[in-house]
Parts: sequence; C-alpha cells; structure tokens
Amino acid sequence: MAAYRSAAGFQRVLHAVKHVCFSKQRCGVIICRYSTVYDPNEKTFDKILIANRGEIACRVIKTCKKMGIKTVAVHSDVDSSAVHVKVADEAVCVGPAPTSKSYLNMDAIMNAIKQTGAQAVHPGYGFLSENKEFAKRLAAEGVTFIGPDTHAIQAMGDKIESKLIAKAAKVNTIPGFDGVVKDAKEAVKIAGEIGYPVMIKASAGGGGKGMRIAWNDEETSDMGFFLSGHISDICANGFCWCLQVLADKHGNALWLNERECSIQRRNQKVVEEAPSTFLDPDTRRAMGEQAVSLANAVKYSSAGTVEFLVDSKKNFYFLEMNTRLQVEHPITECITGLDLVQQMIRIAKGYKLQHKQSDIPINGWAVESRVYAEDPYKSFGLPSIGRLSQYQEPLDLPNVRVDSGIQEGSDISIYYDPMISKLVTYGKTREEALKKMEDALDNYVIRGVTHNIPLLREIIVHPRFVSGVISTKFLPEVYPDGFKGHMLTAGERRELLATAAALYVAAQLRSQKFLGDLRVSVVPAESRQWELCVELDKSVHMLGVSRSGNNYTVSEIVQNITSLVEIDGEKVEVSGEWNLASALLPITINGKHRTLQCLLRTAAGEISLQYLGTSFKLRVLSKLAASLSKHMPEKVPEDTSSILRSPMPGSVVAVSVKPGDNVAEGQEICVIEAMKMQNSMTAAKTAKVKSVHCKAGDTVGEGDLLVELE
Amino acid sequence: MVIFLTKTHQFPKGGLCSPPRERIEKKRKAALTGGGQLRIAAQHKRGKLTARERLELLLDPDSFVECDMFVEHRCSDFGMEADHNKYPGDSVVTGQGRINGRLVYVFSQDFTVFGGSLSGAHAQKVCKIMDQAMMVGAPVIGLNDSGGARIQEGVESLAGYADIFLRNVMASGVVPQISLIMGPCAGGAVYSPALTDFTFMVKDTSYLFITGPDVVKSVTNEDVTQEELGGAKTHTTVSGVAHRAFENDVDALLNLRDFFNFLPLSNKDPAPVTECHDPRDRPVPGLDTIVPFESTKAYDMLDIVHGVLDEREFFEIMPNYAKNIVVGFARMNGRTVGIVGNQPKVASGCLDINSSVKGARFVRFCDAFNIPIITFVDVPGFLPGTAQEYGGIIRHGAKLLYAFAEATIPKITVITRKAYGGAYDVMSSKHLRGDVNYAWPSAEVAVMGAKGAVQIIFRGKENQAEAEAEYVEKFANPFPAAVRGFVDDIIQPSTTRKRICRDLEVLASKKQTNPWKKHANIPL
Repeated sequence: MAAYRSAAGFQRVLHAVKHVCFSKQRCGVIICRYSTVYDPNEKTFDKILIANRGEIACRVIKTCKKMGIKTVAVHSDVDSSAVHVKVADEAVCVGPAPTSKSYLNMDAIMNAIKQTGAQAVHPGYGFLSENKEFAKRLAAEGVTFIGPDTHAIQAMGDKIESKLIAKAAKVNTIPGFDGVVKDAKEAVKIAGEIGYPVMIKASAGGGGKGMRIAWNDEETSDMGFFLSGHISDICANGFCWCLQVLADKHGNALWLNERECSIQRRNQKVVEEAPSTFLDPDTRRAMGEQAVSLANAVKYSSAGTVEFLVDSKKNFYFLEMNTRLQVEHPITECITGLDLVQQMIRIAKGYKLQHKQSDIPINGWAVESRVYAEDPYKSFGLPSIGRLSQYQEPLDLPNVRVDSGIQEGSDISIYYDPMISKLVTYGKTREEALKKMEDALDNYVIRGVTHNIPLLREIIVHPRFVSGVISTKFLPEVYPDGFKGHMLTAGERRELLATAAALYVAAQLRSQKFLGDLRVSVVPAESRQWELCVELDKSVHMLGVSRSGNNYTVSEIVQNITSLVEIDGEKVEVSGEWNLASALLPITINGKHRTLQCLLRTAAGEISLQYLGTSFKLRVLSKLAASLSKHMPEKVPEDTSSILRSPMPGSVVAVSVKPGDNVAEGQEICVIEAMKMQNSMTAAKTAKVKSVHCKAGDTVGEGDLLVELE
Repeated sequence: MVIFLTKTHQFPKGGLCSPPRERIEKKRKAALTGGGQLRIAAQHKRGKLTARERLELLLDPDSFVECDMFVEHRCSDFGMEADHNKYPGDSVVTGQGRINGRLVYVFSQDFTVFGGSLSGAHAQKVCKIMDQAMMVGAPVIGLNDSGGARIQEGVESLAGYADIFLRNVMASGVVPQISLIMGPCAGGAVYSPALTDFTFMVKDTSYLFITGPDVVKSVTNEDVTQEELGGAKTHTTVSGVAHRAFENDVDALLNLRDFFNFLPLSNKDPAPVTECHDPRDRPVPGLDTIVPFESTKAYDMLDIVHGVLDEREFFEIMPNYAKNIVVGFARMNGRTVGIVGNQPKVASGCLDINSSVKGARFVRFCDAFNIPIITFVDVPGFLPGTAQEYGGIIRHGAKLLYAFAEATIPKITVITRKAYGGAYDVMSSKHLRGDVNYAWPSAEVAVMGAKGAVQIIFRGKENQAEAEAEYVEKFANPFPAAVRGFVDDIIQPSTTRKRICRDLEVLASKKQTNPWKKHANIPL
C-alpha cells in the first residue's frame, strides 16, 4: 500500500536533484491512505503529458510516478523553473506567459506531444480540460485524452443542452429561464418574471467565470456587456453539493459521495468538506443515483462531478456537470481511499472499474481550505501577487495533506490563478478534522504575498460553520460589511498583548548578549522587571513583565523563558522557546498551547503577530519611550478620497470617465480585471475628474494611481 | 575638572558647609533644566525631545555618566556675562554611557540653551569626551541640534568647530563616529557630521546645509524651502550626505541603539558576535530560482541578501541613494558583516559615479573596523555616457576599486549572474585579494555581454546569431573563471548561507597587512 506523499516534501528534495522517485516518505507522516493498489504488472501508458501547470500538474505527476508512467510537463516561459517542470521527467515550453499563447495553445501542445511521444494527455482542470476541440484533435492523432469523450464534454459543457439532457434523464432541474438572452432589456424582463435575485451566467463559462448575481433591474442592465447570458433562479440561500462520479468505458458508473462546497466568494469555492453534515443517507443515495443516471445518459467515462444546488428542505436541483477532475477532489480521496487520478488513467486505458458501489466507504471526515494569494479584506479576496519570500507547509502535523505547485522563492504572477495550495486535513470526525485545520492554518508560513488564511481561519471556527449551517451566502451573511479579520475577545486580547510583551523582552535580552566580548557590562537581567507600554488598535496598555527563566547558557540556541505579564491586574503566564529566527512562535499561554507567527519585529518596537489567523499590529515601548512619544508630531496620512488606486494587480478593462467629467459618489470609474475576476472601481465622493492615469488595456500594479478627483 | 555626580549622590552630613552645597544643588538643578521650562515646552511643541531626554532614551537605563555639568561659557561681551545668561553645562550635554551594555561616548546639543549654539565651552566639552573615547576605544555618538556658531563669541566659536573637526579626523578609523541630526545643523557645523562615519537624520525636523534658504535667495536668486534644501529627504535621496532618515526622535534613537549593536567598539576590537537563533546551515531554497533565465531580466538583489542573512535582518545604509548598489550591515551566524551587492532592479545594477562612491565609503568603514565584507555581484559594467565621463566616473570608479583592493578584512564574493568587464575586477574579485570567491551556476564572467562581444569579434561577418550562440556557450557561464581558479567553486545557490557561515569562521583569524605608508592616497 502506498502512502500519500506531501507536495512540499518532494519539492524540497527536488530543488537540488531534478529527477527523483517518490518511494521515500517524508517524516513518516501518513496522510490519507489510498486503498487502491498500484499494480506494477498492469499494462498502462508509457508516457503521459500533463497539459496544465501548478498544483494539479504536480498532483497528476505524483500518481504517474506511482504507476511507473513517465511524465511530460508543458510550461510557459515564465514557468520554466516552476515546480511542475522540475518534478516531471521531461518538459516542453509551449509559449509565452499569457495562457492563450501557452497553456491554451493547442498547436504548441500537439507539437509537444509529438516531440515527446506521449501516448496520453491528462488535462487537469481549467485550461483545455473541457475543450472538445482539443479532445478531438488528440483523438485524430491517436493520443488518449484522459477524460470523457468529446460528446460528453460538448453536451455537459453547454449549460442549456446539459439541462435538457438532465431533464430527460429524470434528474431534478432548477426552475428558470434556460436560454440565450439577447440584450439587457430582455434580461431585465426575464429577471423580473423569475424574481430577484437572479444569476446571470455566460453560456460557455465555467468555474465562476462570468457568473454574476443581480439583485435588481439596474444591476441586471448594468451587466449589459455580459450579453447572451443565462438566467436562473439562484436558490438564494442554497447549498452547493458536488457528487463525484466515476464511470468506465464499459457502461459501469459509481458515485463517490458528495462534497459540500457551499462556502464561496464570487461563486468560487473557498472551503469544502466531505461528507456533508446536512445530507442523510437517503438523500445521498437519491442524488448519487441521479448523478449516475446522468452519467449513463451521456455515456460518460472517467471522473466527473455533478453539481447540485440544494434548498433548506433538501430539495436538490441539477446545476451543471463538470467533465474533469475537480480542484477539491482530494477530500473525496481522503474519505474513500481512492486515487482518482489513477482511476482516470485506468479508465482511459480501457480498464473496467475495480470497485462496486458497495465498496465505496465514507471513512472519517476531510476538510479542504483553498489557500489563495489574495487580500481577504477586499471583497473577501482580491488577487495579490509577489514572490514567496518564505514558505513552509504544515506537513509536520499528522493527517495534513497539502497539494501545491509552488515552493519558497516561487512567484505568484498576474498571469495565472492565484491559488497557493489546497490544504486538506483529515480526521475521524468533523470536529477532529476542523481542529486539525486550525493547527494547520496556524502553522502555515507564507510570506511575500497577501494570503487568505485570516478568512479561512475565521470560517472554520465560526459557530455557524461549526454547527453545519452552511449556505452559498455564508460569507455575505456572516460578514455583511465585509471581512474585518478576527475580532478579539477580552481574553484573547490579553493573550496577544502578553505575547507581544514577552517577545519584546526576549528580543531585548538577546540584544545584550555578545559572545566572547569582555568589554560588555552585564546587566543582571534575571531579576529585572519591565514596565512596558503596548499599543494595539490605538489603545495603550501598561504592562508589567517579570521573568523567571530556567538557567540557560549563552551558547544555547534556544531557551525556555517564562514571562509573567500583568494586564489590568490579571496575570498572564507566557512561556516558550522564543526562537527569534523562526517564523513560528509556539508558546504556552496560561497553560494553553498556541502557535502564533511573528511577521515583523522592528527596532522601534513594532511587532506584527499572526494570531488566530489574523495579523495584528502592535507597538511595544518601554515606559520611558512611550511617555516621550507623546511629544512626537502626528504625521498626516494622504487623503485617499480623491485618489483612486488599483486594489490589485491586473489589467484595465474599461475606463468610463475622462478629465473634467463630474462623477457621483459610487459611480463606476473603471473596471480592473485580474485572474478571472472583474472589479468595478467607484468614486469615493462626488467630484470632478482631475486626471485619468490609465486606459483600457493597460497593465497596472497594486496601488497604482488610476484616476484623480478634484 | 571632571565631576562625576549622579542624581542619587548624597553629600555626607555636615561634610560641606551649607552655602556651597546649596549652590551645587542649585546649579545642578539648573543644568538639568537647560534653557528652562518655557523653552523645553517650545522644543516639545516642535516635535523634538530635549537633549537629556534623547540621551535617556538612547542609553541603557541609569547608565549615563555626565561630564562637565558645571561648565559655563566664558563670553563677556554683549551682556553675556550676566548671570541670567549663564547656564551650567552650557548648550551641550556630554558624557558616557552604555548601549546594551557596551560603552559609548555621547554629546547631545541642547537647543533650549542659546539655540544649541556652539561656544568655546561647548566645543571644549565635546572635545574632552572625544579625546577620552579615543584613549579608551569606544564609539562617539553626537546628537546634533544647534543653530550654529555662538555669534557673540566670534572666533572663539570658530576655533571650537575646528577643534572638533580635528578630533573627528583623528578619531576616524580609530573609533566609530555617528551623527544623528535632530534639528538644525548649518554653516561650518555641518562638517563635523560630514567627517563622521554615519550621518542619520530625523524626517521633517532636521536640516543640514552650508547656507540657508535666505542666503541662497540673495546669492543665486533660487527659491527653496529649508526642507527642499537640506531636509532628510534631500540628503538621503539626492545629495547622499545622510545615510538614513527616521520618522521622529523616538524612532531614530531606538533605531540607533539597534544599529550600534552591529559596530565594534574600536579598530582594536573584533566585529561583535551576538547570540543567533538562525541555523548557520539553513538552506535557502528560494535562491535556486531567483535568477531569471533571460540574462536581461531584473530581479531584486535584496531577496538574495535577506535570504542569506541571519533572520532576514538587514540594516541598509543609504537605501534611497544610488540604489543600483546595495550596502548595509547584517549578521551571519551572529557575526557582524558588511554587505555590498549590485542591484539589477535599478539601472541594471551598473556602476556609476554615485554607486561607486557609496560602495567605496562603506567598504572602507568595514575595513577600518574589522567587519568582513560579503559582495554579491551582478554587474553589467560601468554606466556609459557623457554625463558619467564628464562627471569623472574614472576617478570615482577608482575609489571603489581602491577600497576593495586595499581592504584586508575577510572578503567573500558571490557572483550571482553578470560579472562583466572592468566592473568584474572591481567587485571584490579574486585578483583584488578576495578570500573566497564563489560563482552560482548562472554566473557569466566575461569581458562583455554576448551581443557586444560578437559585434566586435565578428565585425562585418554574417551569421551573427550563430556566433552569438557560440560565445554564450563558451563564455556566458562560470567555467572560464572557474578553470583558471578565479572563482574557488561553483555552488548551488541554496547552499550560499551555509558556505558563507563556514568561511567566516575560518577567516575570523585572517591576518593580512599592507606595506607601511604614512597614509595611502585614495583618488578622492
């Protein structure tokens, strides 16, 4: 039985050595056992090309290695040193950075196949995974497409046709308008008939691309440029469940249970789990059987996912079928023990399914958090870019799986999806899996890009999420004014203040330790008391710190120091090793174990700590420095209401104003697009436009000046 | 006369007769309040701390030992001899104290007393502690906040400046000297900071200029504000006079404490080694992918520097001036090192007049004070053009060459990518007594880039592209340098930290001397 290997494990080995086999396992941590056997004698493909990048390419390559299949990576020129290129046996450059010229460039990929002699292609998800043209061209060249056949891709790819097929296969479908909308006027009319809110979807879009929700006529007509959309009643507060199916080319099909995918932002999933808390065995079976009957109706083969929207009365409606391996497939793998990529390859090779429906278990609980390079404080996540200056996956923890395609030093660029990794935790129960997720998020070190761990960490401990009352509107309902980070309780606040104070003292003490220097007059620090001023959110706390250290020698790298911090008359005891070089800060506060992260520590007393997922800025000063600080001049920050800056790196889609125009507060000024999403920039006040610094088609960086108002 | 008294000192009962004791207490009290409460309030209102508050914050608690608290000015003209014009200690507070337990001599000009102006007595106090600092071997920190010369004293004041300048020069290379400009510093006074090793400024409240805006207006008819003429921004970005700027007094003094920890106490002391929590053999995987495949594409040298150093902590010197070269202090396995690196992100990392001078002065400081230098090289050459040639790039570039060649401290060099032409020689090459010279696999040590080289070697011939490819194959890699022993090894970038830490340990006992000379003649 092969145990699942962690992503960073192999990256760490591979930065030094290009080709390694994956037989050795890191730290003996066993994550998600696969119950399937990799039979070395079963004939399979010699070489597979993976027409994708990032974590999914790495994921597919891992299984290929286990099956003894050689792998070919394709990459754009900016990806030439990417992890998926390093772990593959061969790599071919297929063009420049923009996806249309590389990962979507069929000619180049066909050439790569010819050049390397790959017998089959795994498309991953996105890119060419649901492109019937691509599947056709492969078939014409006698290359196996690891996925369903062209007919199924086409039928399920069209949102309207798929609904008709589903109806015919007796699958429940959503009431609504299933057709092409001609123009904004018609859209408003139809939307009015259905009743708001409505979802307008581009007919060929997938993965949330081009999906928008309109709440009134105005918004519907504003979406004029999304013409020929598709309107359906958006079960305003529904659940989103995905049924995994697996079908072979011999008419056999299985359902592998559901994934609960309701926590979404901008119609893209953030947290997923399997199984669902809400689903009873009967409903599960009913949904599974409908999913299988849909698969049979389109003669589906390979792995696929049938998405259902479910209302509070457990009525479920077919939404769409994804004819590819889905992003969140690991959680299904965790609870069923199946390696879905292996199954896809076997099916593509023409084998019959190894399992019967009765063989499919639900073992334990798995939760997946999608860790993105994005700013969760802006619309629950606007993309961010940058270089991962420090990166450490929490793989020392048991039952944690991280699927990633990046490593320390990787660039998160404007060209591709900003996903950093899929963090999966597994437990016997949901509670255990969620607890593990808390630990994993606290121990996940990401520096250099803004990331969404603050939001993920909040979601998984939110009482509503914990109780299982999840819906697609979870985020806007729980955070109606946008996500603001973790709100500290009085006790947590004390813990945070105490930790900052103790960290400050540990750093101060170390700065007095000069090795072998006889000219240092030693301050008897052991007995010292500190009176500190700690500032958090503009409120200042006077803290007394006393320290009772274990006797330590100077040569020791780390030492245990216990600090007693007094806040508002209450004593908080903080102890830890205080390794000032480590990104992680494991400590014990009043007997409770916590892992914080130190993001910043400056000579001027600024300390940023990541605590319960959120980063908090504190300032620790001696009593003297604090009292003198009151004389320091207040520096006036720039007035931002008349300046419009790009909230994220991306490209300018449209600019709707010119200098001299009068704009009203809230009026759209321009639209910025980055990584699958469009962001409408509005005026912060009613004013005249002073100058415009961008035009449609421009590439802008985060914070770049777009428009100035008077 | 030196009187060391602390606030807690008690006179023996009945030991002194009452009138002098009262006078002593009165004088001491007067000294501690400087120019009086009104002026202190005015100082605070300007967003500035008083001379004594600054020292209290800069030094370890209760470590300050004051000197010359009872010194008064000796001017008797213009009514200055009147009692109300006499302030015990005059317009400067001097003494010694500790920063994290290590000795430092300090003077702090008191703006509340005659605007901090420099009298003969003021200069004498400063000179006294400087003389002692040199004898003892401890750095001098000056906190400048002075309106200039004490005009009433005339030439006495000018003599005072010169006395200080002389000591600045004598102390140069003996003990580190740091100036922190925390208020005005104008006229001749600016030359004391200019002679010290490092000049730091406080944003918005400090100015350095030879002549103020009024004189500028009357002489050249230029309209310029104090801030534009000599503020922190000007001197840290345009003139290169100051090495760093800080937000305010508190921020500056706390940062100065931090900075002080990097420095040895004198030229006879080794570079300090502090306790280090960062593993010396820590691999830095990010470095394996940092250098882009296209040799024309930029990357941030600071990413390499931060990755290699202890705890990513880098005290950059002149971060906003001549940004095509990066210099600053850091630690490797706890030991202070000086970092010099070409910055490909700015002007392709080429050497020009300003970056050469910036680099040269830093290298010489490190050499004077036993601080090993680690040089990261990615340099396409010297910047061409009339502006540079007319500006004297030849003599200024020579300074950096001179500084590296002259230096006898441990020198470790890492060529990350380009090391072209004369700039290769300059950047701490093997030929200038580099102790350990490494090349990354991406290194290209050559006379120039492939394109330019091919245009010269194969002038007028066809198949330039083919010739270029051949040149790249032959020269755009580390082998030509490695086979000749000009680099000691080609290393995996992720192992750079480990290698440097090991080398520094070996080189700690390095001894090398230059031939005897009265002093060298650097091309100034």
